[in-house]
Amino acid sequence: MGHPQNLTASRRAFLGFAAGGLALAGTSGQARAENVKTSAKIVILGAGAAGTALANRLADRLDGARITLVDGRKRHLYQPGFTLIGAGLKPANYSVSTTAQWLPRGIDWVDESAANIDPEARTVTTRGGKKLSYDFLVLATGLKLDWGAIEGFSLDMVGTNGLAAVYAGPEYAAKSWQAMDRFTDEGGIGLFTRPATEMKCAGAPLKYTFLTEDYATRKGSRGRIEINYAAHSGSLFSVPIVNEKVRMLFEQRGIDIAYDRVLKAIDPGRRIATFASPEGDVEMPYDFTNVIPPMVAPDVVRDSPLAVQSGQWLDQGWADVDKSTMRHIRYPEIFAIGDIAGVPKGKTAASVKWQVPVAEDHIVADITGTLSPAIYNGYTSCPMITRIGRAMLVEFDYDNNLTPSFPGVIAPLEELWVSWLMKEIALKATYNAMLRGKA
Amino acid sequence: MKDLTLETLLAVFEEMFGPLLFWAMVAVAAIITITFVFVLIRDRSLEGRTLVRAELSAPIGALAAIWFVQFMTNSGYSDVGGPVDLFVLLLTGVAGAVGLTILVYTVLALLPGKHPRQN
Ligand SMILES: Cc1cc2nc3c(=O)[nH]c(=O)nc-3n(C[C@H](O)[C@H](O)[C@H](O)COP(=O)(O)OP(=O)(O)OC[C@H]3O[C@@H](n4cnc5c(N)ncnc54)[C@H](O)[C@@H]3O)c2cc1C
Repeated sequence: MGHPQNLTASRRAFLGFAAGGLALAGTSGQARAENVKTSAKIVILGAGAAGTALANRLADRLDGARITLVDGRKRHLYQPGFTLIGAGLKPANYSVSTTAQWLPRGIDWVDESAANIDPEARTVTTRGGKKLSYDFLVLATGLKLDWGAIEGFSLDMVGTNGLAAVYAGPEYAAKSWQAMDRFTDEGGIGLFTRPATEMKCAGAPLKYTFLTEDYATRKGSRGRIEINYAAHSGSLFSVPIVNEKVRMLFEQRGIDIAYDRVLKAIDPGRRIATFASPEGDVEMPYDFTNVIPPMVAPDVVRDSPLAVQSGQWLDQGWADVDKSTMRHIRYPEIFAIGDIAGVPKGKTAASVKWQVPVAEDHIVADITGTLSPAIYNGYTSCPMITRIGRAMLVEFDYDNNLTPSFPGVIAPLEELWVSWLMKEIALKATYNAMLRGKA
Repeated sequence: MKDLTLETLLAVFEEMFGPLLFWAMVAVAAIITITFVFVLIRDRSLEGRTLVRAELSAPIGALAAIWFVQFMTNSGYSDVGGPVDLFVLLLTGVAGAVGLTILVYTVLALLPGKHPRQN
């Protein structure tokens, strides 16, 4: 990768020059080196991966801006760790830190959730009734797991009756491990699913399937276990070349695939899952299953004028942004980054790392009255764990091209130990560095 | 990965070990290297006998480094899946071997009476 910051500086200098003044070119060059002075009011909704990283980067680049972060959650959760917790490889507290510890000095944190956005009046109202006005608004609320959409299921069942819910949080991931551990001792039918909506880390359901199979093999109980994967569509993964590789691995590992099945109900008593399919409802039995519900935008965005107004995501309510600049289609002073952004793919922490500098650069350019050339190309990465100790470092963009970070060294479709080391050792450190605005 | 600059790399390592431990390790490595260079300049050459004795520790260094990596992760030798894995494993061993050799050489060279120009 080239260094986009240099690119930004030179492109901006050029634009300044073209706009008619060498003086302008000079100031925009300096704007990069020195902090930009401004009194802009910037409100960021959500202090997760994206909101925290952006707050740190803006605080670094701007002098005098009033940056307000709105999030009622006191705990910061490193979600990529949930898979490791759910596989008994890390304790629940591996993913838990505090929201406060990552925040830069000099910003305001309103520890309530946002209840309402009025983009015409440029105000946000919090659940407690605080009204915040803004010059720039950044949506970084992540997404909502719609557990209620799975009939018969409730989170208090997790860990019992063969029910796992790795997505639900670190404690639920730990309970999921108890259920998986028991299942791979006793044997039976393992049933794995994913929702039909957009979802964060679309690789995670597959990883957990691989990990369960691996445990059974290691424990010597594989012969007593049947594993079924119910795919929501006609494929396992949206990137065709990755899909094909996973399909081959599933075949090698004896994991059976049922296509076009979307989970709608669970009967924990009978241990039956019901799926919607083109042929109508289909029942599948299980002794162990990892429930992953539909994912939608949090109400504050979904019920606002900022949600997509048409198309396939109408009922999911993602923020209607330009997929290259992360800028809202109808309200140019609003950006969305992270899981809430209505862009194809891109719901991973790795995408956050690439989206945040783009939004940051466009905001700073708006403040200085220049144009930013920064573009997000859809980069997403997924360390696809295939067994404990091995993974495939799959990276791709909007166009389904593989975009390996270490071409010729770390092969994307090969099950490698180094790719596992990246997930187990380097990923959390990189994520934390990103939160601080340094990666 | 976006912008793999030295600054990013340092930030990642700080997060991996905690800033205190990381910079302490960097400091220790720097002190050993500086002392080693000091010994080289003082003696104007690598002292053959000391080097041979120091090299005896190389396998221990290699094993210790590989053991350390295994200790840090839930994976092991059986997970080596491709050439790059083997390369990383070997590189870890070589780094441990060279590191410990330099350390032992430096310590031996600094021990009183072991220095050829002394007396
Ligand atoms: C099981 C699992 C495995 C994963 N594995 C990987 C992986 O291997 N690699 C990878 O790159 N990514 C992975 N991810 C995805 C990654 O964790 C997310 O994509 C990332 O956290 C998105 O960041 P975000 O800031 O958009 O959302 P989040 O980090 O979820 O933060 C959103 C924040 O917004 C807050 N919020 C919500 N509603 C409101 C409101 N109304 N007002 C104010 N604040 C609000 C929330 O409290 C939260 O703090 C995984 C996720 C899961 C669940």
